[in-house]
Formats: sequence, structure tokens, C-alpha cells
Amino acid sequence: MKRLFALLCLVLLGAARDPILVPEVSQHEVEVRQGFTGTELLLFGAILDPQGTRAGRDYDIVVVLKGPTQSITLREKQKHAGIWINAASARFRSAPSFYAVASSRPLDQIVDPRTAAIYELGLPFIQLSPIGTIDPDRQVRFAAGLAGVMADGRLYQEDPHGVTVNEQVLYQARIALPSNVQTGTYTAETFAVSKGRVVASATARVQVEKRGFERAVAEFARHYAFFYGLLAVAVSVAMGWLAGRLFSYV
Amino acid sequence: MDVYLPIANLAVNGLVIVALGALTGVLSGVFGVGGGFLTTPLLIFYGIPPTVAAASAASQVTGASVSGVFAHSRRGGVDYQMGGVLVLGGVIGTGIGALLFRMLSALGQIDTVISVLYVVLLGSIGGFMARDSVREIRAHARGQALAASKRRHHPLVANLPMRWRFYRSGLYISPLAPLLLGIVTGIATMLMGIGGGFMLVPAMLYILGMSAGVVVGTSLFQIMFVTMATTMMHALTTRAVDMVLAVLLLLGSVTGAQVGARLASSVRPERLRLALAAIVLVVALRMALGLTYRPDAIFTVTPL
Repeated sequence: MKRLFALLCLVLLGAARDPILVPEVSQHEVEVRQGFTGTELLLFGAILDPQGTRAGRDYDIVVVLKGPTQSITLREKQKHAGIWINAASARFRSAPSFYAVASSRPLDQIVDPRTAAIYELGLPFIQLSPIGTIDPDRQVRFAAGLAGVMADGRLYQEDPHGVTVNEQVLYQARIALPSNVQTGTYTAETFAVSKGRVVASATARVQVEKRGFERAVAEFARHYAFFYGLLAVAVSVAMGWLAGRLFSYV
Repeated sequence: MDVYLPIANLAVNGLVIVALGALTGVLSGVFGVGGGFLTTPLLIFYGIPPTVAAASAASQVTGASVSGVFAHSRRGGVDYQMGGVLVLGGVIGTGIGALLFRMLSALGQIDTVISVLYVVLLGSIGGFMARDSVREIRAHARGQALAASKRRHHPLVANLPMRWRFYRSGLYISPLAPLLLGIVTGIATMLMGIGGGFMLVPAMLYILGMSAGVVVGTSLFQIMFVTMATTMMHALTTRAVDMVLAVLLLLGSVTGAQVGARLASSVRPERLRLALAAIVLVVALRMALGLTYRPDAIFTVTPL
């Protein structure tokens, strides 16, 4: 009983000291339709103390935008007999299709590796959940390889100075969503960090969805594959034939 | 002009794709090949996922060959009997190709196999064509015609059982020969996203020994149907046919093909063949560099 009381006190005290984050995203729904070339999300919000006044002290803010996870096979090319072939592979159950992290200072100055691993802060700390056993060295190499590939497509981003905090109360970060993002539910997590400890976190959701013609085509191709194929053939035959007819009069 | 591709899941510059289609269209009009061997690698180079590139290039080749088939059939340049046998072989080949595609993808070696096929096929055919056309140009410069080859068709072809008469091709050979040829090009079409015209035309001339007047028309006839089958096969298995991408490519290629056909009549054929050989060899060399010197990416991601 005494111990429970002590715990309660601790929680209350902690709650009394820890700030509250009020996060917001500029767009809760991103529509992928014709002419979509990507978009920029503004992740912003306020840091308040429990009384609702401004926190009045410096916190480091880390913002993470994460896309839906997917199971992937990652293959590594090696040179064998003069030819580069896929030699090694690893399978991961939960590779995020999109991962962007922005922070007010470089991450290694804000948190230690252990905390970073717990909250998945930073490209080296993404939880990939390998399928089967994989030795640690190899996992590090493959994780770095994945980050490299995804960063080339702007699908993994790390911006060590991407968050600005104004007057110790308002924070904001801009994250670019390229056109090749997957559709699904994205989560925007905000962490307030003080002295290497995450003192508050909050989550907001962003829905990325195909709309209109783009959605119709994708669904048609998925659910009516046979007729989609027929239509593709018909379109190409018609265009070829039409061009032949048009040009024969020129 | 930005266009979002709903199956490839990314935005591209539509004008670049149309220009790409036009480039391959001109090639197909000038040389009577589909141009898929150029479209697919260029699309991949532009950032389109390889499977989507191969699948959508197939429907582009259909469009490019349709107008060619009409033009050739009007002047009797299509041997429908021979074409039918080739198409049958081609459809069987796409089926085999689809199985191979799935097997190799599971092994993780599909991109290596595709690159090796490109290097070997394009390299050997390109080299062969270059040698042939250089010899012809030299002979032309000396003012004498090359002695026509005596042999009608390859001795192996003559040994196959069961003979049919192919009147328009001027042949009395076993239908197994064109059937096998069709199967081989069908497999190549499915794996490499090419029409196979640059393989088919020399094989028809030098292995089957068909009369030159029906070679291009009949090969286009086969390519048209086999790429249709490939498009269907991709739509049903890989689901990677991007209609928007295909339409953009078609816009360029069908017009390019008409321009190319006009160009073709004003340039000497052996020069044309040398130019085609050069293009084919450049593509093969680019692929060979990726295979032996430095690949585009060490790591590749495939969804499970």
C-alpha cells in the first residue's frame, strides 16, 4: 500500500512537471490525384505546462512522420566471377514505406542511442523486425543499405535542424512528401526531450489516399485484372490503328 | 507537364515520356522493330519500377506494330499461315516466360538474368548486324553487289519432321521451326519487355530462309499478337500494366512510327541497319557496364 502511494505520488509529480504537447498537422488528408507531384506537410503545435501556460523553458523537439509498414525482401549485390549479382538477402516484417525525422538539434546531441532505439528516433534506429535469425553486423549493414536506397527515393529523410521552436512555446517542422509515397495511414509523432529523456509525446494521423481517376485505375487493375488487360490491349490497338489512318491522309 | 502514374505510384514528366515514345516510334518505323529494347531500359533509367516498365512497354509495342501490320498487309507482305504458327509459339512462350519470371523473382535473380539476356542478345545480334552492313557498304563502295547466299535455310531446320507448305514465304519446312522461334521470342517478350522484332527478323531471314518481302510484315504480325498476350499476362500476374504510362508512350510512338516510315524510304537500307546496330550495341554496352563495372544500386527492395 505504501509502495503504491509512493508510485502515485511519483506519477502525479511527474505529471505536474512534464509539459503537454498539442500537435497539429497542416493536412489530415493527402489526396493523390492527377498531377500529384508530392506535397509538403507542416507539422506544428505548442508546448504547454500542465497549467496551460507556456512551458517557459527549452525543450528539444523531435518530429517523426512514418508511413505504413510493409514486409520486404532486401537484397545485396556482390561481385561474383566478374558479375554483380544478388548474393545476400534478408527479410524484414515491418519496414516503414516512409520515414522522416526532423529535430531541433542533431539527434545524437539530444538523446543517447538507447533512448533513440526505444522511440525509433533516427534512421539507424528504425525497428525492422527481421524474419528469421540474422547476425547483428549483418543487420546493421542491411539497415544502412535500406536507409540508403530509400533516401535516394526521398522516402527516408533526416533533418537535424528541421524543427524550429519559437518563444519556447510554438514548434514547427516541414516535411516533404514525394510523389512516390505509398497510400495508407501515416502517423506524425512529436516528442519533447529534456536532458536526454523523452518527457512528452503526442500523435496525429495523416491519411494518404488515391482519389478520382487514379483510384479508379488502381482498383480496376486490382479487382478486374482480366478486363483491365483487355482494355489496355484495346487502347493500344485503337491508338495504333488511328495513327495509321490519320497519317495515311496527310 | 506532371503526370501521376497510378500503378507505378509516382509522378513523371509527361512530355519526357511522350518524347521517349516518339524516339522508339521513329526507330520502329525506320527499322521495322518494336523498339521495346530501348523503351524498357530507358524507363527503368528514368526511375519507373522495372516490372511496370516491362509490362507497359509491351502494350506500347502493340500499338506501334498495329499500323505497321495494316500497311504491310495492304501490299500482301504478311504470311498469315507462318504468322499464325509464330503467334501460337509466342503465346506458349509468354506462358513459359511468366513462370520463369515468377521463379526467378522468388530466387531474387530476375534483374541479373534480364541484364545478362540484354547483353548477350543485343550484343550478338548488334554485332552480327554491324558486320553485315559494313560488309555491304564496302561492297557498295567498290561498285559490286555481294554474291547472294546459296543456302535457303539452316540445315537443322531441314531435319525437322512433318513439312508444311508456306506459299507466301516460299518455304516447304516443318512448322516446328517457326513454332520454336515463336516460343523463344515469347519468353524474351515476357522477361525483357521487348517485342522481339530484332531477334525475329534476322532469324526469319537467316534460319528459316523466308523471302525478304514478307519478313517485316510477318514479324510485326507476330509481335502484335504476342505483345497483346504479354500485356494480358502481366495484367493477370504481375498487375504492373500502367495504362497512363502506356497511353503516354503510345502517343509518342504511333506518331513517331509514321514519321520513321517516311524517313526509311529516303535513306539507303544498309546505312539504316548500321545505325540500328550501333544503337543496339550502345544499349548492350550500357547494360554490360552495370553488370560488371558498377551496378546502379547495391541494395534493392522488393515487397513480400
